[in-house]
Amino acid sequence: MLTYEFMRRSLIMGIMIGIVAPSVGYFLVLRRQSVIGDTLSHVALSGAAFGMLTNSYPVLTAILFTVIAALGIEGLRRKYRHYAELSLSIILSVGVGLASILISLGNTQGVLSYLFGSLSLVSSQEISLFTILSLIIMGTIVFLYHKLFYMTFDEESAYLAGIPIKKINIFFSVLVALTIAISMRIVGVLLISSLMVLPVAASLLIANSFKSGLIYSLTFGVISVIAGLMLSYYLNLATGGTIVLSALAILLIIIVYQGLKKTSV
Amino acid sequence: MGTHIVSMENVSFSYGEKAVLNNVNLTIERGDFVGIVGPNGSAKTTLIKLMIGLLKPCKGQVKLFGEDINTFKAYYRLGYISQNVRNFNQMFPATVEEVVGAGIYARKGLISRIRGEDKEKIDEVLRKVNMLAYKKEKVGNLSGGQKQRVFIARTLINKPEILFMDEPLIGLDLDSQNQFYNLLDRLRRDYNITIVMVSHDIGIISEKVNKLFCLSNGKVYEHDLTKDIGSRASDILKNLYGENVKFLFHKH
Repeated sequence: MLTYEFMRRSLIMGIMIGIVAPSVGYFLVLRRQSVIGDTLSHVALSGAAFGMLTNSYPVLTAILFTVIAALGIEGLRRKYRHYAELSLSIILSVGVGLASILISLGNTQGVLSYLFGSLSLVSSQEISLFTILSLIIMGTIVFLYHKLFYMTFDEESAYLAGIPIKKINIFFSVLVALTIAISMRIVGVLLISSLMVLPVAASLLIANSFKSGLIYSLTFGVISVIAGLMLSYYLNLATGGTIVLSALAILLIIIVYQGLKKTSV
Repeated sequence: MGTHIVSMENVSFSYGEKAVLNNVNLTIERGDFVGIVGPNGSAKTTLIKLMIGLLKPCKGQVKLFGEDINTFKAYYRLGYISQNVRNFNQMFPATVEEVVGAGIYARKGLISRIRGEDKEKIDEVLRKVNMLAYKKEKVGNLSGGQKQRVFIARTLINKPEILFMDEPLIGLDLDSQNQFYNLLDRLRRDYNITIVMVSHDIGIISEKVNKLFCLSNGKVYEHDLTKDIGSRASDILKNLYGENVKFLFHKH
């Protein structure tokens, strides 16, 4: 499998996504904001369609669209303080509406590969770009780890402790947008949020501390991506779907293991 | 006259069109143990959030340590335990040590490492609230009373001068409530902390505090409990809960 250049590139990309997506997803899930992944991925699709339509680089236009959408969500959330989830529904509607119009305008034949992900899309230039973006995302999580933990745990107390909640929230939304834009190449926009959520769901069942939960999440993410890539290559299956089902298999194994452990006690 | 720790002058607050507090004037002095009571929806939580700047008044001025709340930055001087912690998610994967340590790391720069002195600080406050043995436990596995002690430990880590607590006793049995009040007595004695506490239980809290703020219909009625209020007790309860209040006295 690794004798092919495109598979080596996909594996490198996959491992990066396997680390980045669940790491960002960990904070989203614990802050009960996991739907934001779905919302922004639909916007990313309209961004990619816009890129194809204008003969621009679809990943860059997707990044641009998702970052603007992420900032829009933060703005709307302040407008609808008591109905914060409305901001997600509004942006999701905009994303889907815009994507359907842009796709219908033509010259967007490649959009399906962004919907479900593909192994053969990743170029070596993209590897460099995605490596830089992944390092920015993971570096930020490491630097802001304690502050993100406090905000995740109790946002009001974090604010009173002097943590710049608004700034970090906006910055984190941009990180989510970047994560989605780089993940859509392999996993596909329809399945990115699954990779942000499933490894985290599995980790929450066995984590005994916040730090261990984060480590489990990204470990399960990497295992899911590697297993998914291998299975999709040998069984000729859709890459994104196989990765997500691998993540689901890990979750099921842990649920069954825990069930067996309980019954044996 | 010394500086009040908290002062409110002609403070009004409304949610949209609905006014919930009208022209509130109050002061809290160093060393006070203040109770805030009132019926459901009487804006007890709103009042405490206005005091610490989580909400901004529509009218009037709030001061903390003599400084206008809009410019106040020294939040390490206060501790706050919100109602949210009562609904703490059982699955949230955080240990007692991580939760208590959050108070330290919030004040550090971007790159912060656990140092020996930080660990000692965490141990010291956990010892103070009798929770050192649970340091590595997940907070979600603790009882309601134990969780409250962990959240108090988290606020103590920065040695606050005033501690605000919003309904910390809901869901606790009588024994846990007594332990909680004993802990507050110890903290007042050892750290000289001023305490402001919202409670729904006027009976117990009025025995413990020296100052009681009673909320009703947007007004705050202040009572100094260091003076005998026995004869005025019926007036206080009428103001709070209306005319049809009947007293039942139990001798145990």
